[in-house]
Amino acid sequence: MQYLVEVNNLKKNYGLKEAVKGISFKIKDDEILGLLGPNGSGKTTTIGMMLGLLKPSNGEIIIDGKKIEDNRIEILKKINFISPYIELPKKLTVNQNLIVYGKLYSVSDIKQRIEYLSEKLRLGDLLNKITGELSSGQKNRVSLAKALINKPKVLLLDEPTASLDPEIGDFVRTFLEDYKKEMKISILLASHNMNEVTRLCRSTLMMKDGIIIDSGTPNELISKHGRQNLEEVFLKLTREKNEFN
Amino acid sequence: MSLIRIYGLFLRHFFLITRSFPRILDLIYWPSIQITLWGFISNFFASHSSYYNNAVGVILTCAILYDFLFRTSIGFNMLFLEEIWSRNFTNLFIAPMKISEIITSLVITALIRALIGLIPAIILTSPLFGISILDLGIYLFFLFLSLYIFGITLGILVSSGLLRFGPSFENIAWSTMFLLAPFGCIYYPIETLPEIFQKIAYSLPLVYVFEEARNILINNTVNLENLYTALKLNAVYLLLAVILFYYSFSVARKKGTLINIGE
Repeated sequence: MQYLVEVNNLKKNYGLKEAVKGISFKIKDDEILGLLGPNGSGKTTTIGMMLGLLKPSNGEIIIDGKKIEDNRIEILKKINFISPYIELPKKLTVNQNLIVYGKLYSVSDIKQRIEYLSEKLRLGDLLNKITGELSSGQKNRVSLAKALINKPKVLLLDEPTASLDPEIGDFVRTFLEDYKKEMKISILLASHNMNEVTRLCRSTLMMKDGIIIDSGTPNELISKHGRQNLEEVFLKLTREKNEFN
Repeated sequence: MSLIRIYGLFLRHFFLITRSFPRILDLIYWPSIQITLWGFISNFFASHSSYYNNAVGVILTCAILYDFLFRTSIGFNMLFLEEIWSRNFTNLFIAPMKISEIITSLVITALIRALIGLIPAIILTSPLFGISILDLGIYLFFLFLSLYIFGITLGILVSSGLLRFGPSFENIAWSTMFLLAPFGCIYYPIETLPEIFQKIAYSLPLVYVFEEARNILINNTVNLENLYTALKLNAVYLLLAVILFYYSFSVARKKGTLINIGE
């Protein structure tokens, strides 16, 4: 079986604090893996290490057969990221932003790529608008276009539909499903929206306090823990051994 | 290094500047005001000082040179801070850009920003004060080169601090030039400084640049030793700054500053 992403015994310490405590997982080709966990569980730290923004204290991340610590630039060409907590330059038009990122990712056919993404993400009317003047939903679609400008093999999504209305959220989820089918990419989805995870992810990892406390398909987890849905499983697992309960 | 990626980052700032008339105005406005002010001060001193009476444009020329240094350094810092303010920092550092490509792109963009501000100011000096900085002749190029390298060096040093300590280092970004200005001997000879300060001044390339500018304009002679020393010191400081930038990037990856700055 082909794995595009392999994370082995990954650890991250900030001084004495252990943010991630030796986690391992794999993502297959053409798979969306859900990464769940409460705030502070280590999800963002894990994604940060996969993006090369953080240096692991131990362990390794292998993407497309290469270790990120030894091949950071080469791997960054093949991956991309979207999060509601980072933005594109606000004063540039959408088209200018996509051109800039097309250049930064050395995309050879930028114009064609922007046309393709504009059509798929319904950006046609937005291309000449100032990015900072767009609505949250429009900005989200533009960020998604930026994240796909380099035809990534691996896409890391950190709460991609947070703060979106249900209609736009559904549009983004449908788009991701279709795009994954078409391009056979691997996606790591960190989300607090359990319905979204149930709909999109074939398998999930549940993190808490820097470790993976459970994993499986959404249905496996629901059945294993005798709950009605993934949200109830999430609450059960995150509340177990919690000092406040 | 990839020229396309270097051009891409340049383009990001080019689009930003050219889209906004106030930004262009801001780049031109301050150097012009600064030069005009120093032009009048220069005229006054030239008519009331025996030291300057043979070289009317000395203070003004040094003011122009200092402004170029200031604009280059601040320009570099601004380019870096712009990414933090626009919350684009993470996007930049997850793009497949080498550190050398980021530095190269910012170095080129900072030069263009400085020239946008300085060229109109230089043009102003001739009709307003009858002074041309071109009186420095071919040596003007070497003086500008030295100041450009030192301005970039300061920009890289401050950006290293931003990488390492995050946006809290921003205030230092604004104050660096003011801290070093007294040691640069921009408007006065080095003998004016107390002896201990002279030692510090001699360890910086600035004093050699401004001493030489005065030497050319007042004595009509050229001391190439000053130009060589300035360039040699610049090479050392630039190398140290680049090493520090790489080190800060590495520490930022260990400490998680890159993530904290980005959000």
